[in-house]
Order: sequence, then structure tokens, then C-alpha cells
Amino acid sequence: MISFDQVTVGDHLPVLSTNKISRTTLALYAGASGDFNPIHIDIDFAKSAGLEDVFAHGMLSMAYLGRLLTNWVDQRSIENIDVRFTSITPVNAQIICTGSIQEKSIIDEQKIIKVQIEAQDANTGDTKISGFATINLTENY
Amino acid sequence: MLDIKDIGKSFKPVSAIVEKGRLISFARAIDEKNPIYIDELVAKQVNYSALPVPPTFLFCLKMDVPKPFENYQNIGVSLEKLLHANQSFTYFSPAEVGDELTFYSSVEDIYAKKGGALEFLIEKTKVKNQRGEHVADLKTTLVIRN
Repeated sequence: MISFDQVTVGDHLPVLSTNKISRTTLALYAGASGDFNPIHIDIDFAKSAGLEDVFAHGMLSMAYLGRLLTNWVDQRSIENIDVRFTSITPVNAQIICTGSIQEKSIIDEQKIIKVQIEAQDANTGDTKISGFATINLTENY
Repeated sequence: MLDIKDIGKSFKPVSAIVEKGRLISFARAIDEKNPIYIDELVAKQVNYSALPVPPTFLFCLKMDVPKPFENYQNIGVSLEKLLHANQSFTYFSPAEVGDELTFYSSVEDIYAKKGGALEFLIEKTKVKNQRGEHVADLKTTLVIRN
């Protein structure tokens, strides 16, 4: 895994590209996550709410951001993930997750890095989620 | 409509046991390829005693009740107007298959913007395991588009 000395501010994490979010993806995610809000799986409900179609769970794309991080560091190093959902993700979006190192600091002998993370829709280039993760690289797992 | 009198309100705690099958179907739903989250033997090789709960799955376990949106609906939230605006997780100790996690949620803040056209609800949740250890804190900001 990654060590503190190996990383430099400005470094990019390996990009995570996901498959297209199909209606099947949304059904699978609803079942697996327990988030059965019909706005994500029932087009009739979405239309009754004034929308043209269902849209993806924000937490699905946040789970992809989780994968971006855990592909790169051991999960036990992650201290915090804090994101903002900036726009809704339509069906058939394809999410690209990126991360870059913003800060590197040693606080009370703890080796901390702050990573900026983002999920974009590859079809439109729109940012869907942006935020930060704080990772403690003091211990090796 | 939300009412600021609900600031500070505590919701009934939710408990959930982390099940292997749930984690594997979650891994499938998010197209997880990392074997640590799918194969118990690999998880054990990196010193977990069972499959670990992935970073955002705590949010799902919190919804492991018959009516996960009932708490919000009871304080005036309509599902068709609801959007997730912000989410944070702060982690203190790992969770694995077999753990029983309890979620203690409360309303941290309620406020309106644009003359009430947008209402915000901030919910904070403390997660503890069966040993009383502090596993994580979650903070959820919901926006209601009136």
C-alpha cells in the first residue's frame, strides 16, 4: 500500500471508471443498500414528482468514491470522507472518480494527507460529487 | 414543511447485524473488484477477522428498518421533494461481518433558504458496536425543494 513518504502534494490517485449506471444498476443498488426511495427505481413515482425519469442514488456514486480510496489505501487509514452532492445523476451516466493530494502534514506524530475527491459524469463532464478525504498513513496495515 | 422545534430531536436507535450476504450483494451492486470486500480469506490475510464493512455501507445499515424514511416523514419531509445534499463519515474503529451496530441519530439543525423554497435538515448519527466501541459518526444534510 501507499506510504506517507511516497506521496507528494499534487499527486493523483489512480482513476476509477465505472460501468454505465443502468436501471438494473439502480435496482441492484436499491436492493443491496436498502434505499428503496421510489424516486430512484419507479418512473411513475418520478413523473408524479415532476421529473422526466428516475435518477441515481447519490450514495451509489459515493460508494464508487469509496472504491477509489480503498483501491489506493487500506480502509483502516481513512479517518474521514466528506462530500457534497452537486447535481443529480441521470440514468446511463458513467461515473469517473478522481482524487488528488491537497495537503500533507504531520500533526502530533500522525502522518495525515488530505485528498480532494470528485465524481464526474463522463458523458457530460458535470461534477456530481466533490469533497475531501482525510487519510492517516501513520500505521501500515 | 419542517419546524425548527425539531432541532435536537433524537430518533429511535436502529440496530443491525452485519451480514456477509448483504456485503456481497452490496459489492456486486457497486461493481467492487477488490477481493478484500468479497473473499473472506483475502480479508483475513490483511488482518480482518471477517469481511469488512466498506466505507459508505454504514449509511445503508442505518436504513435497515421496515420504513427507513419514516423519521424524516414524521417531521414533515416529503420523499418526492427530498435530495441528499452532503454526506460525511468519520471513522473510529472498523466494522466487520458479525458485528451488531447501533445507530443513534438526531436532528442537528433545520434551516431554510430562499424564503423557504429550500429547507435543510442536518442529521447526525453516532454508530457503536456490540462492545460499546465508537465505530463512526455520520452527518447527513438533506434538502427539501418546496
